[in-house]
Amino acid sequence: MSDRYLLATFEYEQDLLAATRDVRKHGLEIVDAYTPYAVHGLDRAMGLRPSRLTWVCFFCGLTGALLAFWFEHWTAALNWPLDVGGKPWNALPSDAPVAFEMMVLAGGLGSVFALLAVCRLYPGKRAKMPSPRITNDQFILVLRETGSAFDLDRAPKLLEKHHVQNIEERLTVSQGQASVASIDGTSTLPVPVRVPHQEEE
Amino acid sequence: MANNPTQTGPAQTERTVRPPQARPPLVVGNKSLAEVTGDICRPMECQPTALWYAAFSVSFATLIVGTAAVTYQIATGIGTWGLNKTVGWAFDITNFVFWIGIGHAGTLISAVLFLFRQRWRTAVNRSAEAMTLFAVMCAGLFPLIHMGRPWFAFWVIPYPNTRGPLWVNFKSPLLWDVFAISTYLTISAVFWYLGLLPDLATIRDRSPAGPRKKWTTLLSFGWNGSARTWHRYETVYLLLAGLATPLVFSVHSIVSMDFATAVLPGWHSTIFPPYFVAGAIFSGLAMVLTLMLIARKTMRLEHFITPTHIDRMCKLMLAMGSIVALAYATEFFMAAYGGNPYEQFVMKNRALGPMRWAYWTMVSCNVILPQLLWFRAVRSRLGLVFILSIVVNIGMWFERFVIIVTSLHRDFLPSSWAHYVPTTIEVATLAGSFGLFFTCFLIFCRLAPTIAMAEIKGMMGHRRAEENPETTQEEAA
Repeated sequence: MSDRYLLATFEYEQDLLAATRDVRKHGLEIVDAYTPYAVHGLDRAMGLRPSRLTWVCFFCGLTGALLAFWFEHWTAALNWPLDVGGKPWNALPSDAPVAFEMMVLAGGLGSVFALLAVCRLYPGKRAKMPSPRITNDQFILVLRETGSAFDLDRAPKLLEKHHVQNIEERLTVSQGQASVASIDGTSTLPVPVRVPHQEEE
Repeated sequence: MANNPTQTGPAQTERTVRPPQARPPLVVGNKSLAEVTGDICRPMECQPTALWYAAFSVSFATLIVGTAAVTYQIATGIGTWGLNKTVGWAFDITNFVFWIGIGHAGTLISAVLFLFRQRWRTAVNRSAEAMTLFAVMCAGLFPLIHMGRPWFAFWVIPYPNTRGPLWVNFKSPLLWDVFAISTYLTISAVFWYLGLLPDLATIRDRSPAGPRKKWTTLLSFGWNGSARTWHRYETVYLLLAGLATPLVFSVHSIVSMDFATAVLPGWHSTIFPPYFVAGAIFSGLAMVLTLMLIARKTMRLEHFITPTHIDRMCKLMLAMGSIVALAYATEFFMAAYGGNPYEQFVMKNRALGPMRWAYWTMVSCNVILPQLLWFRAVRSRLGLVFILSIVVNIGMWFERFVIIVTSLHRDFLPSSWAHYVPTTIEVATLAGSFGLFFTCFLIFCRLAPTIAMAEIKGMMGHRRAEENPETTQEEAA
């Protein structure tokens, strides 16, 4: 619980990307980044593994197709064989369209539900985010202040090179009431460390 | 193509820098990310315009007329239609195929163009996906009404029942249709909702405490813009696009098999699946254009739905229309070359028989008039494009009417030949389906952003200006 986080706010995706790459090169621990849209290349900059949800999709799709084939065969050829226009009971080609549809349905729904489960998204959940402007126009990089590589003097300097707009230190990442309540009452966090990059209009 | 580097002045490239290829920007007006959010959310946050109220009243009134017609025909029986023993499928199946076709462009734009990395699709994909949902809903109503006893509709679901259990016939294209359309509706809805999640979070975070804040908190699933979530989200979005693409083609192929597996001349044809798919996409694109042009004007989205978007939609529509025209020609060629006298008769009867007016309406609307789209002067006149999009919609409705009714009304035995005239009830049902479609669409425009904000922001190339060499050069010049 003694974790401290450093939140760096950026205005442009290219700054966030460059800062993320740089910070990672210097061995600092990136907790997460928050962006208004999917920034291409950020996953590689953060060193995220390719998602395994593709496998979920594959196996759900396969299960859907196989179950559909089995069910069609079982109903039409085993449980109540029905002669339709003299076609063979176990006509496999005529089972293909429904099996295909079930493959798509199972693969699609399976991967979406897996996404929601893995990302812990569910109806009515309160969003835990460092700033409400993330869904509008802010990019925030969150670093954990642990490890030998972290130095509270050097980290802001590193971020400054990448036009950071604001640097803040917090005990929890999210800004909501829950996070403030979890602090022992004496803390005055969030504390702005410094605002190094003043906007010059 | 339509690139004209000189059109983009320094003012536009200050913050919104064009992609490396010298193409016109996808969003004009040099907007910041916050301005994009504001512009797209504004129509939802202020009172509806008078135009919206007018459109909504008309659509809702039409919906009520349709509801009354459907209630009457279900209460009385399908004898209220103009069908007879020869023409057993006519208006409702025409409407069904028409609406399901409209529904195809949404997924084409959101999935197929996504896979082809067509960045311009972001301006239109949200409304196209919503359109798909509502069109498929309208389409689904017609087979339901056509059953005559819609309270037994659940019989099409294979469930253990007390009638044997008597299972559904998995060898019938009509049953394939049940699976295809319900899968299509589900996957389209999921695809649409997944795209909507980040935007609902945007609305949640900018709304003051109140009902809108409450329902967007409920429906945005706690979305927080985390890069880890985005990373997985992008993966799933790509997977869904990959699944939805063959789905689009399968759905209308299966719809066409409802006809093609019958022995009736005019229906019994191997060209049907690709012919129907091309026709569906053609009609869907026309409907997207109609709606885009309306939304653009009424909701002041001119900066996001630019003439460039309209131009590309027109080109796509022209390409699809050409495939449809080729299919019409191929049908005639196959009839002539195949030597089947019944097939030859059907083709002659279509063009010259008692229903020739429907056939020639179809040809003029789908083949002749869309040729105007070859000219940039036509594509850049949005009024003309609007009229052409409606013309294509009319033509595509007649295409289905021609295929269904002219093939049925004169089949093998001249003794069973008959004529078909729709009744008022059938026309009112068709009108009602338009009422339902537009009512749903207008409500959607008020409740959700009509443009995918999170996607369009990513496509804008929103960058720090001073570091881009291209911009500095232009500014220096």
